[in-house]
Amino acid sequence: MKSCLVVDDSKVIRKVARRILEELDFDIREAVDGQDALNACHDMLPDVVLLDWNMPVMNGLDFLKALRASDGGDKPVVVFCTTENDMSHISAAISAGADEYIMKPFDREIIESKFSQVGLI
Amino acid sequence: MRKEDFELLSKILKERSGLVLSEDKVYLLESRLTPIARKKGMETLDDLINEIRLRRKEDLLREVTDAMTTNESFFFRDNTPFDLFKEDVLPALMKNRANKRLRIWCAAASTGQEPYSLGIILKEMETQLSGWKIEIIGTDLSQDVLDKAKAGIYSQFEVQRGLPIKLLMKYFTQAGEMWQISEDIRNMVTYKPYNLLDSFGMLGKFDVIFCRNVLIYFHQDTKADVLNRLREQMPEDGTLFLGAAETVLGLTDKFKPVSGKRGLYKTSEYMTQALKAG
Repeated sequence: MKSCLVVDDSKVIRKVARRILEELDFDIREAVDGQDALNACHDMLPDVVLLDWNMPVMNGLDFLKALRASDGGDKPVVVFCTTENDMSHISAAISAGADEYIMKPFDREIIESKFSQVGLI
Repeated sequence: MRKEDFELLSKILKERSGLVLSEDKVYLLESRLTPIARKKGMETLDDLINEIRLRRKEDLLREVTDAMTTNESFFFRDNTPFDLFKEDVLPALMKNRANKRLRIWCAAASTGQEPYSLGIILKEMETQLSGWKIEIIGTDLSQDVLDKAKAGIYSQFEVQRGLPIKLLMKYFTQAGEMWQISEDIRNMVTYKPYNLLDSFGMLGKFDVIFCRNVLIYFHQDTKADVLNRLREQMPEDGTLFLGAAETVLGLTDKFKPVSGKRGLYKTSEYMTQALKAG
């Protein structure tokens, strides 16, 4: 079973994402901001991170940069999942090492489609 | 919906498009035709049906047919056919077409995602294909969907189904809440309204035909007829792609599936020769 770390400050989004991803057979952990997510990654690297952008304490982009710079941090697939939907944000995320990008609102079909493109399904 | 109303609508749809509507699809009639009734300032779907029964006006019938035959589509739908096209079909054609010309037909082009996905694949292979003249023809019954295809403008939902983010960045520009595919790719595809029940003679021959997820709406005899006529539009080494849930089995002997290549069909003559060649 593949593991997914869902990082979002919204409890509702985390719950929706968890439900979709559990149905797709992922083992889920949750984090509420970038720092929380980094700590979770230090405990154990997940196969994939579903990552919000705007969060308190540490935002998604800063988390991604810190993750990619850390030991083994190049391994997890990172899929942004954010309301930021303009080309400049998308480019910044991909340059920083994101593998895919989901613009909210999302549904099961989008998650499934994006996860299969990066070879997770 | 009254039985005679359902029968009237399903008869019209069958005649005009070949679409077979079973009675469990009443909800589809209601959900797709009620907006047309509203748009025409009518109170209910019954008013629309009465109007159809009384006057049978051509543009109303066309609008109703369009609404019932339009299907949701996405970029690189099902992935496999596009991988097969790129890794299998195209390399073979590049070896076997000395005149460096290819013609591809998307017979149910809908809102353009399928022909544009092919356009993107070809664009990505630009260097290998330099000197080639490749035509992509997209046809659909509905003028409305073809207008949308030509514009190449998609919602945020549509560009996220099947399209990798890097291709979105490379080939689309943002226009408010919408995304438009680049002119380069748009110019690779020619769209024409076309009914699969009509003769294909005008269209000429094609090296590859995509006819996915449209035969499922037809009766067995219509499916067989369309498949037999598609065979006439391709050379012996032509390739046909059908939808993942579709088959030629029990419909025609003119095409054979290729084992291990889901959705890909070759002509029977080609398969016989391939077998002989071992």
